[in-house]
Amino acid sequence: MSEYLLLIWMFFKIGLFTIGGGYAMLPLINSELVAHGLMTQMEVADIIAISEITPGPFAINAATFAGVKLLGIPGGVAATGAIVLPSLIITTLLARYFYKFEDNIIVRRALWGLRPAVTGLIAAAAAVMAAPAFFGVGISQIKPDGIFLNMDYCSIAIAVLAGIAIIKFKVSPILIILIAGALGVLLFGVLGL
Amino acid sequence: MAKDVSLSRIFLTALKLGAFTFGGGYAMIPLFEDAFVRKYGWITRDDMLNMIALSQSVPGAIAINCGILIGYKLKKLRGALVAAAGIVLPSLVFLTIVTFAYEAVSDDIYVAGALRGVRAAVVALLFFAFFSFLKPLYKDWLAMTAFFTAFALSLVFGISSIIIIFGAVAFGITAGILRIKKERGGS
Repeated sequence: MSEYLLLIWMFFKIGLFTIGGGYAMLPLINSELVAHGLMTQMEVADIIAISEITPGPFAINAATFAGVKLLGIPGGVAATGAIVLPSLIITTLLARYFYKFEDNIIVRRALWGLRPAVTGLIAAAAAVMAAPAFFGVGISQIKPDGIFLNMDYCSIAIAVLAGIAIIKFKVSPILIILIAGALGVLLFGVLGL
Repeated sequence: MAKDVSLSRIFLTALKLGAFTFGGGYAMIPLFEDAFVRKYGWITRDDMLNMIALSQSVPGAIAINCGILIGYKLKKLRGALVAAAGIVLPSLVFLTIVTFAYEAVSDDIYVAGALRGVRAAVVALLFFAFFSFLKPLYKDWLAMTAFFTAFALSLVFGISSIIIIFGAVAFGITAGILRIKKERGGS
């Protein structure tokens, strides 16, 4: 029972402090789930990829994935309900005072400060996530002297190609994930690099 | 001609959007507009734009928030509940299946290879996401200070995101008040 309460509490917090949707949730997943050892950084990266190629909002997909993985189907339902609950309470309340909220100068100022900070948090999450993807270990375990030894050049090449594909050719994330997956099968699975 | 508003139609529309929209919340918003503004005529365009703006500035998933606002506007609390349920349900069912599949095959050499490739691409997606968020901010030194402070506190000092978000709200309000005072003093 208590593990369900813990799961619900964690996802309630994640839902409550994710403002701006999507990737803004990542830093919270890192500090709630990864820091407490409930998920690995690799799994977080996998959920992002799975969310990009499956329908539905990222937040919901991530909650269902983590809940099912930790506590089976009831866990998935509990985590998903918990992440939606703050939205349901706060947004419904605001819907009644809709226009008042829009004009509220303090709220606008607070949001102004929030945007760059959340962007900073996403940047930090990207750096944290780059470590296991490019070096195979967590960011704290990277040793400066052996840095070139552990580098995964194939993964770095895939990331660079993906970056060029998004920026230069505006390829959709779905296609990028699928092609990167196919390259992964070829390079790591078939060729065993 | 607007069709009659009913709870079941709100639910079914939300369900359809939840089941067929790839790419998360941002991708879902235009489809909401298409269904509720153009097809059914239940919501005016102006209301829709306000709802989109509001759903990005309150906690939670953008698509869910937008659905809740639409549902509430149409049928109060019951409307909000069925809209949220409709958007969530397809993800819940689909991701439950995907998670079991993931657990079963993630050790397979080819699946593991695919995931390794995909993780690299995800890093690129993330960097692109934060660069596009950063773009409108980089000329504002105060915003850039907030950006680097949050980045460093999180990455170097390992401070919890929740604490940083509280700090950012306090910072936003303080900086906002100071700016208003300055504008008034200068004029």
